Amino acid sequence: MRRRTIFRNKLLPYLLLTPQLAVTVIFFFYPAAQALYQSMLFEDPFGLRSQFIWFENFQTVLTNPLYLEAARVTVVFSVAVTLGAMGPALLLAVMADQVIRGATGYRTLIVWPYAIAPAVAAVLMLFIFHPTIGQFGQGLRALGVPWDYRIHGGQALFLVIFVSAWKQVSYNFLFFLAGLQSIPKTIVEAAAIDGASPTRRFWMIIFPLLSPTTFFLLVVNIIYAFFDTFGVIHAQTQGGPGRATTTLMYRLYRDGWVNLDLGGSSAQSVLLMTAVIALTVIQFRYIERRVHY
Amino acid sequence: MAIGRNRWLPHVVLLLGVAIFAFPIYLAFVGSSHDASTIARGDMPLTIGPNLIENYQQALFSPVGERVRATPALTMMRNSLYMALAIVVGKISISLLSAFAVVFFEFPGRMFFFWMIFITLMLPVEVRMIPTYAVVSNLGMVDTFAGLTIPLIASATATLLFRQHFLTIADELVDAAQIDGAGAMRFFWSVLLPLSRNNVAALFVIMFIYGWNQYLWPLIVTTGRGRETIVIGIVRMIGTGEAQTDWQLIMAVAMLALVPPVAIIIFMQRWFVKGLVDAEK
Repeated sequence: MRRRTIFRNKLLPYLLLTPQLAVTVIFFFYPAAQALYQSMLFEDPFGLRSQFIWFENFQTVLTNPLYLEAARVTVVFSVAVTLGAMGPALLLAVMADQVIRGATGYRTLIVWPYAIAPAVAAVLMLFIFHPTIGQFGQGLRALGVPWDYRIHGGQALFLVIFVSAWKQVSYNFLFFLAGLQSIPKTIVEAAAIDGASPTRRFWMIIFPLLSPTTFFLLVVNIIYAFFDTFGVIHAQTQGGPGRATTTLMYRLYRDGWVNLDLGGSSAQSVLLMTAVIALTVIQFRYIERRVHY
Repeated sequence: MAIGRNRWLPHVVLLLGVAIFAFPIYLAFVGSSHDASTIARGDMPLTIGPNLIENYQQALFSPVGERVRATPALTMMRNSLYMALAIVVGKISISLLSAFAVVFFEFPGRMFFFWMIFITLMLPVEVRMIPTYAVVSNLGMVDTFAGLTIPLIASATATLLFRQHFLTIADELVDAAQIDGAGAMRFFWSVLLPLSRNNVAALFVIMFIYGWNQYLWPLIVTTGRGRETIVIGIVRMIGTGEAQTDWQLIMAVAMLALVPPVAIIIFMQRWFVKGLVDAEK
């Protein structure tokens, strides 16, 4: 961590740090502190009077059945997006790892969806899954499915999950492929010589050795599902129909930005911040321990 | 060594995966080559239609159709490009400087400042959106280019990456520079920056995509249509997503919104993979 040779200069290091610290304090710490402070404040609707009320906003938020409903949607959504993005990615990475020629070519062909903005992916899929003009939407109706995500909550939820997972597969694929390629081939070959079938080799050797990558991706995908998918939901369903696709993040946006409920939305901000901090801490503790692998 | 007994199975699965990614984009491209009524009737064929050039011309310069009235895509792409470049340049510069300070100097509070930067990893813009907006609004920066970009340029990721890289630089290089009489900034410009080219290139790709694809922050902080980025503009164009809208224009704009970042990933793939993997270490 510490270097032997260093420059001796009293003022310069502070000057060098100033730009980053200024941005960090003004746009990160101060707003986060504000959120914390306002989450314990009650303000009348005209913003004329405010009163310090400790944790009452949290109590209000956490006992609100609509908030709990959004929490339930978030859990379903995040679990589905994470599994839907990691499962296919692992399958594709295992396949690409077996291809001797053309692995780089496949990587190019699979990696680019990462570059598409979630909101743009959402617009494309809206066009394709549109019940009357979309190719897939029409196809589903032709098969007898009463497909219309604008009416059926479950279908809307499926659509936003599908788009969010579709976009994230390439990211997971890259990490899984890197993880697979770092597994020593000799171990896998030794198991093959002992007569272990390919399936058995995968589950008994490759998958356990891949677990640091899997765990890392698990955390990254949950954070992605919590926050980065806002664009997908905002573009496709606006949280509807009803509240079928209103996640905690979308609710924060609605309560804070559209309904201007300062105390309630600040409490929601603080709750989500706590979730991110918890996830990040878990991740770093785990990464420190994986040195023993 | 026959790990997969089936030689063609991996290819079949991979090609299927590629098709699942590419087919929606192809359909969108087909959609951008027909006229509005063909699409609205719901009988768009799977082949390129006759209106390709006309649609893109309209999308780029004056996307005014039967139902849609949007900012020209050229303007929106320019806005997105400026925003992405400002975020990239800002992030890389301030991170290089702060990583330089933390690694090459000894001063009171060094670790404290390092942790201050590190903690910002845990505060995504989404969760502090409203108080950050309040700050930007108090500074009079709503709907300005500075308000759009500066709050997004602090980056713990880039600082950590540069710190990691700087720690691998041999002490002898620093000694040599000092013996030759180079001061700290001279060392930074003439030794450190050239040695960091790879990292800068890798971060450039990652951060450019991050910048181009920003959604929530531009959505709340830009109000005028003149500053609209293409990602925001495309979502505004679909409105409620009716069948009877100018889907051919929307799809043309969608293609224009995704081509620049996709092209960067494909042509700078080596840097992209390096940046992605390094940034998450």
